[in-house]
Amino acid sequence: MAITREEVLHVAKLASLELTDEEVGRLTGELSAILEAVSKVSELDLADVPPTAHPLELVNAWGEDEPRPSLPLGDVFANAPAREGDLFKVPPTA
Amino acid sequence: MIDTLRLTAEEALGLLERKAVSSAELHQAYLNAIGERDGELHCYLRTVEEAEGDGVPIALKDVISTKGLETTAGSKILAGYVPVFDATVAARCRAAGLPVIGKTNTDEFAMGSSTENSAYGPTHNPWDPTRVPGGSGGGTAAAVSAGLAPWGLGSDTGGSIKQPSALCGNVGLRPTYGTVSRYGVVAFASSLDQIGPVAKNVRDCARLYAIVAGKDPADSTTVDVPAVELPEAESLAGLRIGVPKEMNEAEGIEPGVSAAVQRAIELARELGAEVGECELPRSVEYGLACYYLIAPAEASSNLARYDGVRYGLRVDADTYYGMVERTRDAGFGDEPKRRIMLGTYALSAGYYDAYYGQAQRVRTLIAQEHAAAFERFDVLVSPTSPTVAFRLGEKAADPLAMYLSDLLTIPSCMAGLPGLNVPCGLSDGLPVGLQLIGPQLSENMLFRAGHALERALGFDPVPERLR
Repeated sequence: MAITREEVLHVAKLASLELTDEEVGRLTGELSAILEAVSKVSELDLADVPPTAHPLELVNAWGEDEPRPSLPLGDVFANAPAREGDLFKVPPTA
Repeated sequence: MIDTLRLTAEEALGLLERKAVSSAELHQAYLNAIGERDGELHCYLRTVEEAEGDGVPIALKDVISTKGLETTAGSKILAGYVPVFDATVAARCRAAGLPVIGKTNTDEFAMGSSTENSAYGPTHNPWDPTRVPGGSGGGTAAAVSAGLAPWGLGSDTGGSIKQPSALCGNVGLRPTYGTVSRYGVVAFASSLDQIGPVAKNVRDCARLYAIVAGKDPADSTTVDVPAVELPEAESLAGLRIGVPKEMNEAEGIEPGVSAAVQRAIELARELGAEVGECELPRSVEYGLACYYLIAPAEASSNLARYDGVRYGLRVDADTYYGMVERTRDAGFGDEPKRRIMLGTYALSAGYYDAYYGQAQRVRTLIAQEHAAAFERFDVLVSPTSPTVAFRLGEKAADPLAMYLSDLLTIPSCMAGLPGLNVPCGLSDGLPVGLQLIGPQLSENMLFRAGHALERALGFDPVPERLR
């Protein structure tokens, strides 16, 4: 199961990672080896086996629907890299 | 003079109750020990100078949010991040009066089996500092073994509590999924992540589990937990122990590890247990592949939150998207990147069914195989780690070799089962861990079995070179 350089670049885009050329080269090899190993799961015919998303059979785990105070704004922005008024500030999208 | 090397949490509690020492003196004794030995071992990323609380101090893995105390998950992307709230487990420790001694080192985002993936440098094994302490919770495990904390909390996704405990020679519990709140703990793979105690012995481990376990309205995956019973009995009469063939004969298990585990199983028989062989054929053969699809898939989603907007590192760029991509490339180390890439690929259009979907079906199979074994047995035993502590750098360049460290801890994690590591001897002067696996919510049984074995084994948890 080899993964190509183009696929690595495509997945990096999906994952919002700007990889360096060196990283792209290294990951192409590493991911190919790992994918080959994990592809082992495809050896099994499991058409009749239901998938497990979660180890507990919890049903209707409701919480109390009661209003509570939110975090104070000072706390919300305490770790923010950039703030403008009561908003997180980011560069323009285009 | 307090000798922290041998002091158990229960003994420390006795000293406090008799007012032989104060909590502040106890805290200071651990800080002194850290001053003496942590320069070499690097268990702690930061320590707390003033004891807050009147109980036995505790070390917390740096994935656990602590209000007002920097929490980095071993990553540069969270450097300088100071939580504005406590994780539920940290709040429970505070409520029980346990002062936090410090935050312990971890593989970045708890991804690793050696603590070498920490962005802040590796932790060293107290039994032999040229070797790794295991991971990802190597900081907590090494701190407990080196007398730098009486007990601590770790987190376990595929072995991050049990494997370091095995490599450092102490007791670690990965509890049943859902028994300990994950609220406020930096997420890796949410359907697998569990918080659990690490201690010098089984009773301490049970005591700490009793403090942190329980349903939490802030984590809807938590369940009601049976009252914790401190183990007393020294007999194993009536206990049915299953020895899964594949978990005990897997390729890669070192002969010295196998021998120590065999001796522990013989001892269990002498203590009155019935021992029989069983099988988990596909759990071992396909468990690792299943895990390395599901855990990275969930990680790729969980780690999407590190985008330079609300907290953590930001690397500026002209556009928002450029900022996010640069921030993530600069902030994440190699292992998180590998897993984000692997998980994103496994979840991407055209591959989802073949990888993630198929892995979820394997997960069902693993749960079914364990359930079948528990029809005949109360507890399943195997080595925790196929090897003793390996040398720093030995596996760092080969991700697949590193992943094999968790071969024997992963299957039960996939099924949400509790697992306890109990040290069972030495091989070449390094600790060997025995893994006890039980059905969901069987922690009390694991404590009873582990305690009886521990008493009979008489393992000395203090590293030979520190005695």
